[in-house]
Amino acid sequence: MIRARGLTCGYGGRPVLHGVDLRLAPGEFAALLGPNGSGKTTLLSALAGIVRPMDGAVELGDRDISGLSARERARLVSCVPQSASAPAGFTVRELVLMGRFAHTGLLGGYGPQDEEAALAALVDAGCAELAQRQAAELSGGEWQRVLLARALCQGRNALLLDEATSALDLARRVEAFDLLSRVNAGGGTILVAVHDLNLAALYCPRLIFLKGGRVVLDGPARDVFTEANLKDIYATDIRVAPHPVTGAPQAHLVPGAGPAAHTAG
Amino acid sequence: MCAARRSTVRAVLAVSALFLCLAITVALACGAGSFPAPPGEVLRALAQAAGIPWGEPVDPALAVVVVDIRLARVLLAGLAGASLAVAGAAFQGVLRNPLADSFTLGVSGGAAFGASLAILSGIAGEAALAGEARVLPACALAGALAALALVLGLARAGGGPLSSLRRETVVLAGIVVSTFLSALISLLKSLDEESVASIVFWIMGSFQGRGFEHAQLAWPYMLVGAALVFWRARQLDLLALGEIQARMLGLDAGRARLWLLLGASLLSGAAVAVSGVIGFVGLVVPHLVRLMLGAGHARLLPASALLGALLLIWADVVARSILPGGAEMPVGVVTALMGGPFFCLILARRGLSRGRDA
Repeated sequence: MIRARGLTCGYGGRPVLHGVDLRLAPGEFAALLGPNGSGKTTLLSALAGIVRPMDGAVELGDRDISGLSARERARLVSCVPQSASAPAGFTVRELVLMGRFAHTGLLGGYGPQDEEAALAALVDAGCAELAQRQAAELSGGEWQRVLLARALCQGRNALLLDEATSALDLARRVEAFDLLSRVNAGGGTILVAVHDLNLAALYCPRLIFLKGGRVVLDGPARDVFTEANLKDIYATDIRVAPHPVTGAPQAHLVPGAGPAAHTAG
Repeated sequence: MCAARRSTVRAVLAVSALFLCLAITVALACGAGSFPAPPGEVLRALAQAAGIPWGEPVDPALAVVVVDIRLARVLLAGLAGASLAVAGAAFQGVLRNPLADSFTLGVSGGAAFGASLAILSGIAGEAALAGEARVLPACALAGALAALALVLGLARAGGGPLSSLRRETVVLAGIVVSTFLSALISLLKSLDEESVASIVFWIMGSFQGRGFEHAQLAWPYMLVGAALVFWRARQLDLLALGEIQARMLGLDAGRARLWLLLGASLLSGAAVAVSGVIGFVGLVVPHLVRLMLGAGHARLLPASALLGALLLIWADVVARSILPGGAEMPVGVVTALMGGPFFCLILARRGLSRGRDA
């Protein structure tokens, strides 16, 4: 279980999130949506224990995150960061292996079971063939798959992903979300921040919308993914129609209806 | 993962090769100098000094030169080279800055100032330069830490974590502090005319007249420093990813950096305390090793230690044998002549204008 209680946090004393209450039950697959600057990254960072709350608390399982060591925290929740750059001089294998850091002893290096976990993660993320490549030489899409592999290698109980598929092409994006669905089916709790509304509505049973650092909508796609709600949150004209195959609601933009036009009209 | 095993084999081979080179280097370096000795004689002298009866007894005069003078010096040069290279690798890793090392960060300057202060104020006693002053490495360490704190304090005046400092800012702060400290050392020297000559030579970086007692003085500090850094090799790997990712993967980044900086300062301080300021070893060696073995610190650190030892032993051989008539030049001059152009090369390749990007 991942839980935020009255969570207020931000940077340099300026709050980005204002009293967010959120509870993800074990095995939930939720998308975190909202316009730029709505606090998605900050919320994920706070849930991952990277940003400290100014007020309120984050709980992982039944423990307050402030009482966990960095290692304990990393064993409970894995992350895929947004726009991380690849360091020079490391192979993909070495980088994915770093996902096992929290599982190693204080003295020990990475053992055979760590190697196995890394290999399994690489295979699952569809990038086993990249293992011996230099990480710094990968394309943006390849690098995102490697980051996903590293998070899987770190642990599959709870995954927090921040724009983890933004650089992937369409086929890879579907592949990545199919993978997340499988991890979810295996019991993993997943919270994924995405800009792609349709992808979220297609895959995630629960959608959480942030705006101005507050949760403004939270529920299943059929309830919250409506034209009125989306227009209100994104300040532009949006039409919703059912997906031709699954029937999930899908958003469609209307040309010439940006925020400026919206406020003027 | 068979490819993984192959790269491990490669690393083991590289380290073994470096070991072999080091052994050969020690034998050759003990023979080189104004009183040359053939390698066979050198080996016999070394073996007999170690208590192994091998061949006829060597000429006692030769034994003194080879063992008491040259071996001691080679040993010290090796220890200092290894320490500076490991410290450089650690500084570069912690600060994610390819231009960082004990010298460019002003840490060596701080150590030299601390040691000079100890020598000239009399805390270290009359025998300071004879290697009998136990306080000398401690004072050098204090100076090193103070300088490091000052440099990092200056560089992060704008705030932000240590890992996201612009590399130029850090080096600039290092230069400012170094320059200031060398002015202070000059001031100290002019306050005490008597020991000026020896102090000048010592600060320039030299192994002239150093013996086993100097190595004895420094090694405990070096051992502790190396232990602190080697133990955290995998944490250095994580730090290379930047603050946020390191913490996501379970590293208490702040604490790791603190211990690593302390370890690297111990290594630099101990090296400076017995051999003066020797620049660029810590800068050049880790870069060369990265080209051979990649950036993973579990390989980078031991290979850097070996290559650093090799490089400084040879630099010292050059320093004591290149001038005619048995005259010596400071080994710091040799390393600076090698390292200066290398520094420019790194600058040119990485591009000065490119700042931190994560």
